[in-house]
Amino acid sequence: MAHGIIGDNVPVRGTTRRVRYLGAAKSGTRDVWLMRLTSVALLLLAIAFIWIVLTLIGKDLAGVRAVFSHPPVAILMLLFILASIVHMKLGMQAIIDDYVHSMHLKEWALIANIFFCIGTGVAAVFAVLKLGGL
Amino acid sequence: MNEIIEKRRPLSPHLSIYRPMLTMVMSIAHRMTGGALYVGTLLLVWYLVAAASGEGAFAAVSWFMGSILGQLILLGFTFALLHHFFGGVRHFIWDMGYGFGHPMREWLAWGTLICSATFTVVIFAAAHFLK
Repeated sequence: MAHGIIGDNVPVRGTTRRVRYLGAAKSGTRDVWLMRLTSVALLLLAIAFIWIVLTLIGKDLAGVRAVFSHPPVAILMLLFILASIVHMKLGMQAIIDDYVHSMHLKEWALIANIFFCIGTGVAAVFAVLKLGGL
Repeated sequence: MNEIIEKRRPLSPHLSIYRPMLTMVMSIAHRMTGGALYVGTLLLVWYLVAAASGEGAFAAVSWFMGSILGQLILLGFTFALLHHFFGGVRHFIWDMGYGFGHPMREWLAWGTLICSATFTVVIFAAAHFLK
C-alpha cells in the first residue's frame, strides 16, 4: 500500500469508499444497535415491571419492602430501570436531533437529557436497593 | 457562507405538508408516548425514592397516586407504556423485514391501537380489583 505524507495509517487512494472506525457520524450505528437491543430487552422487562407494579397496589411500606426483598423482583426491577434509562436517553436524543435546530440550544438539550437520564436512573437504582434491604 | 449553507440544508421532518394517515399518526403517537414515558419516569422515581425515604414521604406519594389527578396520570402512563410497547413490537416486525405491504401495515397500526387500548382497560381493571 502507498503511504502519503499525512501519516502511515492514511491510505492515499480509496478514502471515499472506505469507512474507518465509526464513520462520520461517530456513534450513529452504535446508537441504532443499542436502541434495538434495549427494545428487545424491554419487551420482556416491561411485562415484569407491570406485574411488579400490580403486586405493589394497596400495600403499605412494610409490604412494599417485602416485595423488593425478593431477589428476582429487585433484579428484574433493576434490569428494567437500566434498559429504560439507555432506551429513553437515545429516544430523547433522536427527538432533540430532529426538532431542535439551533446548535447552541441543541447542545444544552443533549446535556440536559444525559443529566436527566443518569439522575433518574441512579435515584431509582438506589431506592430499589434500599427497599430490598441492601 | 456557512450560515447560508446551514439555512439551505433540508430539515426533517415536514409534517405539515402531508395529509394525515393512520400509519403516520401512529408514528407520531409512538414518539409522543415515548416522550410522555420519559417525563413519566419522574413518577416512578418519586414513588421509589419516597418509599425508600420513609413513612411520611410514602404516605404523600400514595395519597397522590390515589387521588383523581394521580389516577388520571397513571391511566395516561399505562396507555402510553402499552402504546409504546405494542408500537415497539410493530417496529420489531418491520426490523425483521416484514409488514411493509399495504394491508399489513394498516393492520399493524390498528393492532397496536386495539391491543394498547384493550390492555390498558385490563390492567386498570386488575389494579382496581387488587386495591
